[in-house]
Amino acid sequence: MNAPSAPSVGLRLDLAGDFPILARPVHGHRLVYLDNAATTQKPAAVIEAEARFYRETNANIHRGVHWLSQQATDAYEGARRKVQALLNAREPAEIVFTRGTTEAINLVAQCWGAANIRAGDEILLTTMEHHSNILPWQQLCERSGAVLKVVPVNDAGELELEAFEALLGARTRLFAVAHVSNALGTVNPLPQLVERAHAAGALVLVDGAQAVAHQRVDVQALGCDFYVFSGHKLYGPTGIGALYGRAELLAAMPPWQTGGGMIRTVSFERSSFAPPPERFEAGTPNIAGAVVLGAAIDYLTAVGLDRIAEHEHALLARGTATLAAIPGLRPIGTAAHKAGILSFVVDGIHPHDLGTILDTEGVAIRAGHHCAMPLMTRFGIPGTARASFGLYNIDADIAALAAAIEKAQDMFGSRRTR
Amino acid sequence: MNDMQANLRELYQEVIFDHNRQPRNFHAMADADHVAEGDNPLCGDQLKVYLRVRDGIVEDASFVGHGCAISTASASLMTEAVKGRAVAEADALFRDFQTLLTAADPAPARARRDFGKLEALAGVREFPLRVKCATLAWHTLHNALVDAGEAACTE
Repeated sequence: MNAPSAPSVGLRLDLAGDFPILARPVHGHRLVYLDNAATTQKPAAVIEAEARFYRETNANIHRGVHWLSQQATDAYEGARRKVQALLNAREPAEIVFTRGTTEAINLVAQCWGAANIRAGDEILLTTMEHHSNILPWQQLCERSGAVLKVVPVNDAGELELEAFEALLGARTRLFAVAHVSNALGTVNPLPQLVERAHAAGALVLVDGAQAVAHQRVDVQALGCDFYVFSGHKLYGPTGIGALYGRAELLAAMPPWQTGGGMIRTVSFERSSFAPPPERFEAGTPNIAGAVVLGAAIDYLTAVGLDRIAEHEHALLARGTATLAAIPGLRPIGTAAHKAGILSFVVDGIHPHDLGTILDTEGVAIRAGHHCAMPLMTRFGIPGTARASFGLYNIDADIAALAAAIEKAQDMFGSRRTR
Repeated sequence: MNDMQANLRELYQEVIFDHNRQPRNFHAMADADHVAEGDNPLCGDQLKVYLRVRDGIVEDASFVGHGCAISTASASLMTEAVKGRAVAEADALFRDFQTLLTAADPAPARARRDFGKLEALAGVREFPLRVKCATLAWHTLHNALVDAGEAACTE
């Protein structure tokens, strides 16, 4: 692989060579990809797994009686076991393939919600949730007459734990919370939150979209009831993700979408449905997506999630220090426990202008509200610029980011020196 | 200077910085008789356009809101450009401006109209992701002119 990477001083991971897209020049510059919270780039192993599936294994699953169908079924169910292992779920049946995080949350809100939520019940969220972890619950409340409550965050972007305790009550049925905030990088103290929610009689759904590719996740250790993530933020394909649900919870939930693949028997008088996970996987699923997600998990596991976490923490520390040295730049989200996300605003430059100027230097970041409008409102800003790290980022990326920000300040005439 | 840097200079001209730093007609208008709101939900830009129309002429125009330099400058230049124009003429300018920014070939639009200071925004053509920033104020203007009664949106 043609690795474009600069030396990674003091950082042990240097994996850019595994990612063909990172060799593409952008506007004459080396691509500095810092939009990993939006989606990650794919290693060659994942890209090749996609081609290999269609070249060698493609067939419909479960229904076929032929050899190739058995191969495809084995690959699909093998991928389910890889997700099970990634999350340390107890059994493969606790893993439902979905299109992604958003669909997984909608599935729980609709299926679990329909069976369990009544008027007057309470769903507890936090101010830092992604819209995907707000709207399904808001809709559930509108349908059922339940009430949405929201845990506030402090100026650093951490949950206010006293308020959380105060909001938890006998009517709280579910607490839905991000493992890692996509807009701020805050890592929430899940074991503590789960314990308190359970003590109050509530279930806990964790939005793991920003966590699974960046640290080891163990749903049994976390104690959560549902955990959801997307494949494309995990160096895998788009359109595939997973819902982990405790076996007894999934078993008690009514079907999601109905149709082929999720039935036990069908008659025009009455039909019965397959047990989980098939109950929630109507239609021909994204077979290739699941299989290739499995390849992405293999890649991540081979690199080692602990090493990745260590590498990204080093990047975060350096990035935080580097940006702090830029006059006129204000970080948004300074929690004590953070993942590799740097969100910030720069005096006199709107995040979108910043994004455009950085792009002309080959630096890809996100600018805007990051689908977390209530959080932006909390901080009194329309949006931020956000640099988010992946396992292939290196020191030179931080330097390029800082240099591009200073260039934008020069253009806008807002550069100050200390 | 590579192409992209040249394009960037074209996008962020001094006129844009000037109108971003000191937007003209940046206030709520107490005696406005045409008002419309616009927003770009994906980027969070929001603005409100105020017009005072007398005898079919836009006597006064103003705006409030927040957005990037392109969107603020565009709104500022827009209020200057429509003042004193007949309603139909102001709406025609909206359409021509849109053509200037988005048509495959803007030359015919330039041939039939002198865009004056609005030419400063033509550089956004090279940044398709930013076109909506430059057109938000104009879509909102259009809604204010026709009293569409719903928020303009360029998503």
